[in-house]
Amino acid sequence: MTPTVPLREESMAKPASTAASRVRHWLSGLSTSGRVGLALVILWLVLGAAGPLLAPYDVGAFVSPEVFDGMSTRHWLGSDYLGRDVLSRLLSGAQYTVGLALASALLASATGAGLALTATVSPRWVDEVISRFMDTLISIPSKVFALVLVAAFGSSLALLLLIAAATYTPGAFRIARALAINLNQMDYVQVAYARGEGRLYIATAEIMPNMIHPVLADFGLRFVFIVLLLSGLSFLGLGVQPPNADLGSLVRENISGLGDGALAILAPAMAIATLTIGVNLLIDALPGRGRRITGGR
Amino acid sequence: MGAAQDHVQVSGLRITAPAAGGQETPIVSDVDFTIPRGQVLALIGESGSGKTSIAQALMGYARGGCRIAGGGVRVGDTEILTLDASQLRTVRGSRIAYVAQSAASAFNLSRTIMDQVVETAVGRGLISRPAAEAKAVSLFRALALPQPEAIGGRYVHQLSGGQLQRLMAAMALMTDPELVILDEPTTALDVTTQIDVLRAFKRVVRQQGATALYVSHDLAVVAQVADRIVVLQRGRIREAGDATQVLERPADIYTRTLMAAARPPAQASPQRPAPQQAPPLLEVRGLTAGYGRVEAGVPKIPVLRDVTLSIAKGTTLGVIGESGSGKSTLARVIAGLVAPAGGQVLFQGQPLAPTLSGRTREQFQRIQLVFQNADTALNPAHTVSRILGRPLAFYHGMDGRARNRRVAELLDLTQLPAGLADRHCGELSGGQKQRVNLARALAADPHLILCDEVTSALDTVVGTAILDLLAELRRELDLSYLFISHDISTVRAICDDIAVLYAGQKVEMGPRNGFGDAPVHPYTDLLIGSVPEMRRGWLEEKEMAATLPPLATAQSANLCCFLPRCAARVEGLCDRLPPPRIVLGGGNELLCHHDGQALQHLQRGRQSAISP
Repeated sequence: MTPTVPLREESMAKPASTAASRVRHWLSGLSTSGRVGLALVILWLVLGAAGPLLAPYDVGAFVSPEVFDGMSTRHWLGSDYLGRDVLSRLLSGAQYTVGLALASALLASATGAGLALTATVSPRWVDEVISRFMDTLISIPSKVFALVLVAAFGSSLALLLLIAAATYTPGAFRIARALAINLNQMDYVQVAYARGEGRLYIATAEIMPNMIHPVLADFGLRFVFIVLLLSGLSFLGLGVQPPNADLGSLVRENISGLGDGALAILAPAMAIATLTIGVNLLIDALPGRGRRITGGR
Repeated sequence: MGAAQDHVQVSGLRITAPAAGGQETPIVSDVDFTIPRGQVLALIGESGSGKTSIAQALMGYARGGCRIAGGGVRVGDTEILTLDASQLRTVRGSRIAYVAQSAASAFNLSRTIMDQVVETAVGRGLISRPAAEAKAVSLFRALALPQPEAIGGRYVHQLSGGQLQRLMAAMALMTDPELVILDEPTTALDVTTQIDVLRAFKRVVRQQGATALYVSHDLAVVAQVADRIVVLQRGRIREAGDATQVLERPADIYTRTLMAAARPPAQASPQRPAPQQAPPLLEVRGLTAGYGRVEAGVPKIPVLRDVTLSIAKGTTLGVIGESGSGKSTLARVIAGLVAPAGGQVLFQGQPLAPTLSGRTREQFQRIQLVFQNADTALNPAHTVSRILGRPLAFYHGMDGRARNRRVAELLDLTQLPAGLADRHCGELSGGQKQRVNLARALAADPHLILCDEVTSALDTVVGTAILDLLAELRRELDLSYLFISHDISTVRAICDDIAVLYAGQKVEMGPRNGFGDAPVHPYTDLLIGSVPEMRRGWLEEKEMAATLPPLATAQSANLCCFLPRCAARVEGLCDRLPPPRIVLGGGNELLCHHDGQALQHLQRGRQSAISP
């Protein structure tokens, strides 16, 4: 539902003959920061997909006698608190952060926006039911909620994905609903109602295109939150199970190296930073949003 | 006139805006004018003529992205354009003051009016707070605001648009500025309010001896206040001179176009079909509507009360009234967006369901709604071809080539270039947007178009072109319109019948010829008499509306709704009994205690604002 970066490219690839020129046209309309963001996002998507294949060592292997070792030709990013290769752990961990956080953020934003649109164009009681259900969900502390579910079902990637999505859906819903309710009062939407249009058309064709950009900005924020939530869960031992680790838990487990400025903690922290900044740069630069330039004072 | 006497001098002013590819396009070029001390100069032109940009340049300000590229602005002996930011700050708001168009959005909602009025003067240490408040109260009194001692303690939502506009003028005048810039200060007001505001502005600016720059698109308003007039078109001066000379003997053809557009001539209505036995196209019977919970047939916030009207096929009914009179709600009820609390709407003899869900696609198709503001009525995410193509696909099942062909036809019909089809509506001008808005309604192939203030947001010249288009479409496509407006001259120009709404009640209805001369309903009389005429001195001739004594009895729902403002009311009758419906010789149906002769007598002195 929510067009994301990959979806966007996919939809552009339909007419094969013009796809290349359209992508080129789209790229030329992108600002410099947008291109940097796009490059970072693509880099992390590739690393997330191919990382484990590129890793020089096994993820759990103790390969260095030194802990918190610096850069060397054998270990490009040094070693961690147990003497494991940081680069290998980073490359293997990227898939969890990129895949899991991206998927749950997508799920949360798409569900939130979808429910918000439903609530907006439906009769009042549907809105009430959805909104009160979301209020209930938002009142459950996310860590306790995760703890209970993991205790009941055992930790698995699918469960983590659902927990993260469920935790962040109510917030996404609230923001999207506020946007959609305002747009629903716009004259062009009222004209569509007076034309006799169905609810589905009004939600998807009239309202959604005009709220997509704030929703994407919200998606970027939620993505960062989910990375943090997942690393918090990993710290409690509820997240990605050792010897595997996502980027967040790499930071957590090497926290004792912070005083020495060890690469083992800087590298995953930098990785999280480039990923989240890249996603947000790209979202901010998406086309058709000249507001800052034309409307600015 | 020697340069030494001129208080304000603008010479060779050039302002540029950024354009694609790093280029700059000029939006104002080579503008020269002077204002002698204590005089009022009016800048007049359509939107995009650069009048607001020039006004802002007088304060050394250029809007986001724009740049003052050259020329000079001298106020007194200060060269404004050579000042740096901190010097400008001391000049703005103390020596030069600005009154913007929309006072309602210029005030802070969460602070009292008095706080905001005295803020600049006190904040700069020009005057102590108690002295400032005393001065503000005297300004409130001079501007004829009600309860001048108490009004400063109120908040924005407790005041009307006309009051806020005057309060904003008081705010501007607090520091005794030598130059006041008024940017379309009465454009957003009703005519009946405008006249009071103009009068107050004029008197106070004169009392203070300030020089003023008055920006407007309305020549008739300018005629009342200006000593000199500068006519602008696309950032260049077309004509400049003494107000009387420009108004009476305009030298430039563009000025004449503007004057002609200000008072649209009556459109010859097509031969009115002989009264048929067939039911009228649209019939509204005893309609009551509003917002909030409905109790005993009356909504909590009633907007329309017992409105009855009908539109025959091929005719145009004008609905006129002030803001808040329920005009737009009427259109929304007919379109099905607001469910009525009582009464019926019949279309081609068939009752229409109160809500959207009960209506058939055929009914949706035959009644189309066109909103006032094309900026918000067109989806910014869609291209023109998508906007026009949707009703074609939705009602007529057209797709592909047939749809593209019809979109091109519609663009042609509304006199738009075919190349517009792939543009987003954000790239179009105001007039083009309104044409697209109209074309979308036409795409449905309707019988009735509900036009809600379709020309109000447009310049007079563009608005006149839209009115011509409406008339032409009506001839070609046999359309009927419900034409809602607050401007009686527009309504009289294109409508066959006129209904006057006041506070949700229909106080008068009749053929347009019945509105040319007395007798009319006292409210209609007030409306017609408040339209400024395009000659100097009209405002002075217009006697001050006598302040009416407060009503002895409380206003009740059954009594005449115009009672508190009616100059012709009769004590003991109007405040006791509900007014009857009477029919005058000219065919007008009125809600009034007076009969035709009495009204004729009361209104005899009135010169018709619009000669029939």
